[in-house]
Amino acid sequence: MTPAPDLTISGSASIAGVPLFAPLTLSLAAGQWTCLLGGSGVGKTTVLRLIAGLETGADFIGSITANDAQPVADRVAYMAQDDLLLPWATVAQNVSLGARLRGETVNQDRRERLIRRMRLQDHMSRKPSELSGGQRQRVALARTLMEDRPIVLLDEPFSALDARTRADMQDLAAEALQGRTVLLVTHDPAEAARLGQSIVVMTQAGLTSCQPPHAPAPRKVDDLETLETQGELLRMLREDAA
Amino acid sequence: MKYLSALAATLFALAIWQGIVTVTGLPKFILPGPALVAETWWQNRWLIAEHTRITAIEVVIGLFCGTVLGVVTALQLASSRAARVLVQPMLVFTQALPVFALAPLLTLWLGYGLWSKVAMAVLIIYFPITSSFFDGLMRTPAGYLDLARTMQASKRSVLWHIRIPAALPSLASGMRLAAVYAPIGAVIGEWVGSSQGLGYLMLLANGRAKTDLMFAAMLTLGVFSILLHLIVRRATARMAGEVR
Repeated sequence: MTPAPDLTISGSASIAGVPLFAPLTLSLAAGQWTCLLGGSGVGKTTVLRLIAGLETGADFIGSITANDAQPVADRVAYMAQDDLLLPWATVAQNVSLGARLRGETVNQDRRERLIRRMRLQDHMSRKPSELSGGQRQRVALARTLMEDRPIVLLDEPFSALDARTRADMQDLAAEALQGRTVLLVTHDPAEAARLGQSIVVMTQAGLTSCQPPHAPAPRKVDDLETLETQGELLRMLREDAA
Repeated sequence: MKYLSALAATLFALAIWQGIVTVTGLPKFILPGPALVAETWWQNRWLIAEHTRITAIEVVIGLFCGTVLGVVTALQLASSRAARVLVQPMLVFTQALPVFALAPLLTLWLGYGLWSKVAMAVLIIYFPITSSFFDGLMRTPAGYLDLARTMQASKRSVLWHIRIPAALPSLASGMRLAAVYAPIGAVIGEWVGSSQGLGYLMLLANGRAKTDLMFAAMLTLGVFSILLHLIVRRATARMAGEVR
């Protein structure tokens, strides 16, 4: 992996002339988890998709830059709420999808290491339909790690999981993605409070930074300060809606 | 259970058929009963088998050629906007023409033999194959394409590794439809001009008031079509994602 860069996205977006978000500047610190928290429809996914170089349907005026002046979009790995596993391919094939799509030879050792790390070694040749929701997201995480990119974009990857599986996945992802510049888009204050090394709340009014808890992420689910932060974040979200 | 209900339905239909014949006392050249048809079928089994063989060859070649043509067309349409603009309206237009009207032309161009029937079968299945596969290719879940994009996949590689496999279930349903249509195409071709095949035999029997033979040939065609459909169904089960 090349060193993880600082990222800055700065600008405004509109859909067919209707503003989606006003001029804003979001900075992602190198090698850190930034959680972008917001309700539905405020454009947080659009921000993530702009960084990833994906189609958003919005007109964006502004810039997305890295502090090392290298292009951004070809250094990202992307993980969405839908695990996006190909149903006809095995776990192993899904994990090495990127290499197959680029016509590169698959690094078998690395793939096996990652599958083992995600505790999926017994499921290597299974199809996604034979796995549980949590297992499927672990395959998606292994696929993301297999790409070995310095920037990782997570679009609510854990929101479809049950509470326990979600907490497990958060721990696993926080540990596995250490040292990368991570943007986690979420609507869950608890998730932002557990994982954010920097927490930004996105509302119609714009971006508001929030002081993350002092404990290192991933924080314990019953850490008092984390719970307080969670409450504070929820309050900010509700005030915006009111 | 499935086979049992199919058997029950068949017996029920045969009973109704026999009942109508018995009650109305229709002469056998209007409506022969199932027993007579079965007898005629047995007496003419070698004749019917020979004509079935001819029709089966036409249908299988037609099914193969039509599928290949349809798949190639759908891939072209899916990968080129120019092809969509130029070819798609033409494709729809060919469907607006009744295939029946084309059959005499095909006989004129391709002759009395095998190929005019194959062409009919191809014509009739080409559209369902093309349009079902094309629809499948154009309906790749957007998330897969996003993912592929962040992985810097080329268009070609996305088509090969994602869009085609994602469209295979659609192609399978097109092929299953085609398996039912292809015999119709071949028989239409035989009606318009031929000296062999089940369509020819039906026409011949009808013309000589051998209604029992006509029924025997028709039912044979029906059984053949169902068998073909079942075979294609089984053969495409993996494509359709029904078995692993």
